[in-house]
Amino acid sequence: MGSIPTTVKHCLSYEQLFEDYPWLRRWLQEEKIITEHEYPKFVKIVEVGPRDGLQNEKEIVPTGVKIQLIDMLSATGLSVVEATSFVSSKWVPQMADHTQVLQGIQRAPLTQYPVLTPNMQGFQDAVAAGATEVAVFGSASETFSRQNINCSIDESMLRFQEVINAAKERQIPVRGYVSCALGCPHEGRIEPSKVAEVAKRLYEMGCYEISLGDTIGVGTPGSMFKMLQMVKKDVPIDALAVHCHDTYGQALPNILTALQMGVSVVDSAVAGLGGCPYAPGSTGNVSTEDVLYMLHGMGIQTNVDLNKVIEAGDFICNALGRRTNSKVGQAKSGTL
Amino acid sequence: MAAAMRLVNKKIFTPGMGQHYLAFTTAAQVYSAGIKASQALPETVKIVEVGPRDGLQNEKVVVPTEAKINLINMLSESGLTVIEATSFVSPKWVPQMGDQVEVMKGIKKKPGVSYPVLTPNLRGFQAAVKAGASEVAIFGAASELFSKKNINCSVEESLQRFDEVMKAAKEAAVPVRGYVSCVVGCPYEGKVAPEKVAHVAKRLYSMGCYEISLGDTIGVGTPGSMTEMLEAVSREVPVSALAVHCHDTYGQALANILVALQMGISVVDSSVAGLGGCPYAQGASGNVATEDVVYMLHGLGIKTATCITTRRDGQVTKMSCRAQRRT
Repeated sequence: MGSIPTTVKHCLSYEQLFEDYPWLRRWLQEEKIITEHEYPKFVKIVEVGPRDGLQNEKEIVPTGVKIQLIDMLSATGLSVVEATSFVSSKWVPQMADHTQVLQGIQRAPLTQYPVLTPNMQGFQDAVAAGATEVAVFGSASETFSRQNINCSIDESMLRFQEVINAAKERQIPVRGYVSCALGCPHEGRIEPSKVAEVAKRLYEMGCYEISLGDTIGVGTPGSMFKMLQMVKKDVPIDALAVHCHDTYGQALPNILTALQMGVSVVDSAVAGLGGCPYAPGSTGNVSTEDVLYMLHGMGIQTNVDLNKVIEAGDFICNALGRRTNSKVGQAKSGTL
Repeated sequence: MAAAMRLVNKKIFTPGMGQHYLAFTTAAQVYSAGIKASQALPETVKIVEVGPRDGLQNEKVVVPTEAKINLINMLSESGLTVIEATSFVSPKWVPQMGDQVEVMKGIKKKPGVSYPVLTPNLRGFQAAVKAGASEVAIFGAASELFSKKNINCSVEESLQRFDEVMKAAKEAAVPVRGYVSCVVGCPYEGKVAPEKVAHVAKRLYSMGCYEISLGDTIGVGTPGSMTEMLEAVSREVPVSALAVHCHDTYGQALANILVALQMGISVVDSSVAGLGGCPYAQGASGNVATEDVVYMLHGLGIKTATCITTRRDGQVTKMSCRAQRRT
């Protein structure tokens, strides 16, 4: 590719230009430095299998199995494992045992166990159960917000503000999610500016990190790039994460695009747990194993042991009585 | 001359521009990583559909000739411009391709669509031409062990064999596509040196292959190893003559294809419905699925000849899967 514009090369001797325009050398050198650091050196994986994954599985998983899964994941080196969700069990029966799960897990010293808290009630229950980090879920699509949590985006933000204020008092960090960042099952295309608006609100309210979710997996590197370009203007890149779904097989190239743009936090689910409620039979979350394979293959550090994640994946798939969604998991089981 | 140029420079490049360029640099730093992500991707990508050959070859169930012909005919209607039809290899080794002549003669060849066939040696080439083939393909390996285990001879010996095929093809004015397998990893040797891949690719290209398809045979490649390998090969073979043939065994195919596109590659091999498993990892997937590749390309605004109307491709998928007796 070269760092010298072709027009310059064609018409003029650039050595002569360096003499006359000293800033030119610095400009060209800076470009060189830019191209050297294309990917982050370290990526933090946020494991959402026990919550986002299991929430979308039909089988109700016994509490003991959930606890064992989380314990196995803690042993892999993951620094964040989303444990459960303090949402009403009427809406999400899978998460009815939230208190027992949170109290039953063996917490690894350097690992965080965020839990979802959609409102004050959930937050208070979470704190009572010993939660030390919580998460709130906004949406970039009005229709999705109304269908999913029965209120508009603005109303949900007010609700979250309460939670965030209460969390601040207790010094509990809050992670923000924006769903439908690349497309909505009801509205279709979502404007990147809308995603940026919601992300900015959550960030300014006090969320330390904003996870941008491609809820129905329709994103491609093109739409991911455009969306991140917008959001980057309002939220620092260090505070952004991507939560890609693999419904159309696009998750890994989308994650790669995000990495190229400076994102260094990736959400994924062990064994690709969780289908897609909007496309029955299709896959949902991207699998942690496949993400780790790609990152490690690129020389990016994660501090996570891939083999131990595969073991955890085998465990939960046995318990669910189904095959892993992870390609790495499928390949490894064949070559054993 | 130099003095005149300096005079011109001073007129064109005002000091004010320096500030502008500095500002641009700062802006460039902010969007630095974005430069890579938004790098000029090819406007059009040619898809080489390998389902009927590479795909079916790796399926356990032997598919009836008529089903193969139907599949190829349906693919011809979907807008694809290259469909690998069959392989003129001995049926003793690859029973799935035993009906090579009937398939070749039975398909409805659409004008503007090419139907290359594999020809591992001169005998296969002659049989292919007799059956009406107008494009052939030869398969080299970047790994010595893989070459010995797969086609029972060293890489050098295989290239000499292909030389015969190339000469005959030139005389018959039949274009030849070259494949290099194990470009980022070998099931026997492990890591493969990018220089070796570049060497084999260059040989095939200088022998006369119009295009070289670089195959990640066991799907172990990641964007890192892919970039390294492509950098080495593109020093020896022009990027416009290169194609990538990624396997999805570890789910890395689309990410690998994306970096290949970012490096200027504009030809991608894929297999409808992701047909074809992996003979080295039982139960694992194999070829990347054409539908997924086209979805990504169209999402990026890149034109392909095919239209991914759900019905048409859905039909093809259903049809090929029915032939496999799978859902």
